[in-house]
Amino acid sequence: MTAPIINVRDLSKLYRLGGPSRPNRDLRDAFNDLLRVPLKRLRSLRAEPTTDDETFWALKDISFEVARGEVLGVIGKNGAGKSTLLKILSRITAPTEGRIELRGRVASLLEVGTGFHADLTGRENIYLNGTFLGMRKREIDNKFDEILAFAEIERFIDTPVKRYSSGMYVRLAFAVAAHLEPEILLIDEVLAVGDAEFQKKCLGKLDDIAQHGRTVLFVSHNLAAVQKLCNKGLLLRDGKIVSHGSVGETVKEYLHKPDQRSEGCRFSTDTRRGSGWALITDARILDETGRAVSSLPCDRDLTFELTVQTMDSSAQSTLRGLVLELIFFSDDGRPVLSLMNVDDAAAPFPSADACLVRMRLAAPTFVPGRYRLKLFLGIPFLQHVDEIEDALEFEILPPEEPWRPYELYQSRGIVCRKADWACEAQSRAVSHG
Amino acid sequence: MQASVKAEQIDLDEPPPTGNERAVKRPESSSDHFLVIEPGRRQLQEDLNELLHYRDLLYFLVRRDISIRYKQTLLGVAWAVLQPFMTMVVFSVFLGRFAGVPSDGIPYPVFAYLGLLPWTYFSGSVSRCSASLVGHSNLLGKVYFPRIIIPLSATLSALIDFAIAGVVLVGIMAWYGVAPAASSILFLPLTALTAFLAFGVGMWLAALNVQYRDIQHATPFLMQIWMFATPIVYPNSIVPANYRFVFQLNPMAGIIAAYRDSALGNPVDWPALGIALIVGLVVMSLGVWQFRRMDRYFADIV
Repeated sequence: MTAPIINVRDLSKLYRLGGPSRPNRDLRDAFNDLLRVPLKRLRSLRAEPTTDDETFWALKDISFEVARGEVLGVIGKNGAGKSTLLKILSRITAPTEGRIELRGRVASLLEVGTGFHADLTGRENIYLNGTFLGMRKREIDNKFDEILAFAEIERFIDTPVKRYSSGMYVRLAFAVAAHLEPEILLIDEVLAVGDAEFQKKCLGKLDDIAQHGRTVLFVSHNLAAVQKLCNKGLLLRDGKIVSHGSVGETVKEYLHKPDQRSEGCRFSTDTRRGSGWALITDARILDETGRAVSSLPCDRDLTFELTVQTMDSSAQSTLRGLVLELIFFSDDGRPVLSLMNVDDAAAPFPSADACLVRMRLAAPTFVPGRYRLKLFLGIPFLQHVDEIEDALEFEILPPEEPWRPYELYQSRGIVCRKADWACEAQSRAVSHG
Repeated sequence: MQASVKAEQIDLDEPPPTGNERAVKRPESSSDHFLVIEPGRRQLQEDLNELLHYRDLLYFLVRRDISIRYKQTLLGVAWAVLQPFMTMVVFSVFLGRFAGVPSDGIPYPVFAYLGLLPWTYFSGSVSRCSASLVGHSNLLGKVYFPRIIIPLSATLSALIDFAIAGVVLVGIMAWYGVAPAASSILFLPLTALTAFLAFGVGMWLAALNVQYRDIQHATPFLMQIWMFATPIVYPNSIVPANYRFVFQLNPMAGIIAAYRDSALGNPVDWPALGIALIVGLVVMSLGVWQFRRMDRYFADIV
């Protein structure tokens, strides 16, 4: 029995909120500490460390093993500890407790194009980026032509990368990373960048790597990609392992036992425009039970709840006559659906100065993936009262009860529909030449 | 502290799995790569091995720094010369001529430039070094590499400016008819010592700067005070004898004097240089200590 290639034992990571020990530390505090710290140290050696409100365990007592050749997908909500785990494994930061043994050469890919400098040429950046990722110059020399061919930028190799199109830039960056030959590859959601085409290429390359018996640890929100690429899954929640097993089971676990403390997604008004005499003051996504959520399987109804009110103190102003529009954008910025409260005279605003709007979108909703919601309040072409880009960001997950025997929902089409089918038996029309 | 103790206990309790002792001893062989990640500080030996593995990164970082430093500037490399040269002109006019500061019997401009040349390297190197980690904060959170490479490359890439400005020294000496002595060859070890000292100070400041941004405000100020505490624009001889010892504790005092003496063929004050070397070693040890105390957590605090 060979030892596991990755062996993680009782791994914990403590973070201090708002800075290393207190917010706004400056040199004066440090000088004060010169006197206080020895005392404090003495105390902490004697007593159990007090539970500090300003600290939190990003990971707590994580133990798992990864066998050689395994492709492990690490999934979990934002803040579950996925990235922290990856950062510790790739030695970007050190653990607070525990021990990890890695039996193989490690390379980590937390972004594409690490260390790229805009003023340097493609050639110079290949070497710089490659050595940042732990390659030796000799290795890069040997693979240089391959990298160039993969990136398809031979003609521009001696041009500064700031003159590159964004597509060329990303291709070059990924080409370098794709030619790393580690035994253990740690990948964060680098696949989230770039267009669909490029993502497909990345996934293909990853698949390739996995086929060659390399051990891969893949952290992603993209459940479809995890299901396609990985054979094992690790589900984290609040810094602890919830499930570790086959990828199918883990994904199921993730979908079926949603985080009970989920508070839905954040209503963001960072990019708000318009005259503002009336405002959309809140927006939430609810599941069928009325719980606020930020992700939902595509075979469950989606309910949007919005609060709209006038800001004018005069009693005459009402919402009457205004139009509320919800525009959904897919992750690559493509608008996929627009809905108005006046569609088919559905529910125009009453003569009131405040209104709670509820809109239900029946399942199947969207193709699994991430979506952004833009809100518009006003009169189209005439009046911009309130317009909020990216007001909500939410995720549509693969269906809870798959109605299709194939696991790849994401890459096929942009519309999520069920249709009425009929297959009637007929006698074959045989033509005799 | 406690965590590392705990980790060591695990080491003792669990015998290493069979067949791995060999792997531990030969980390360079790729199939036997074995790496342990634990809290706390690592062995100095491990750090050095890794630095060796990443030496190509150091090389490309230095190359990058050199090739982008003067991009999109009008004067380009001339900036490397302009700084010590213009400072020399200003001091020659105000101190050399108006204030009549003595210059040990050689033309004041030559005297001043001989001091300003290494000083400009030293102070530029310390400043760049101390800002280097914060300047690369995006990298610290995205990829692992020996963090020490960042300040090290800042110190090394500043050498190119020094070399360019050094060529101008020859011109200035020729202009004033001062012939460089054969002992000018000492410039090489002296420059190594200066770089060593600059790296020690700069590394220490760089690590502190990650946590306390006060450092980036304090550094220019510190370097200015340090400059006036060093015999750059005035000779050693005007320092009163009873202050001489304290004065010599400044390692740059001995180094600058040695640069000047070796260029002019005067006897080098070896004891002063010895003090500089000792102080340099102390500063370097402190710098390495401070840096290694923090470097695994830079990504968390930067």
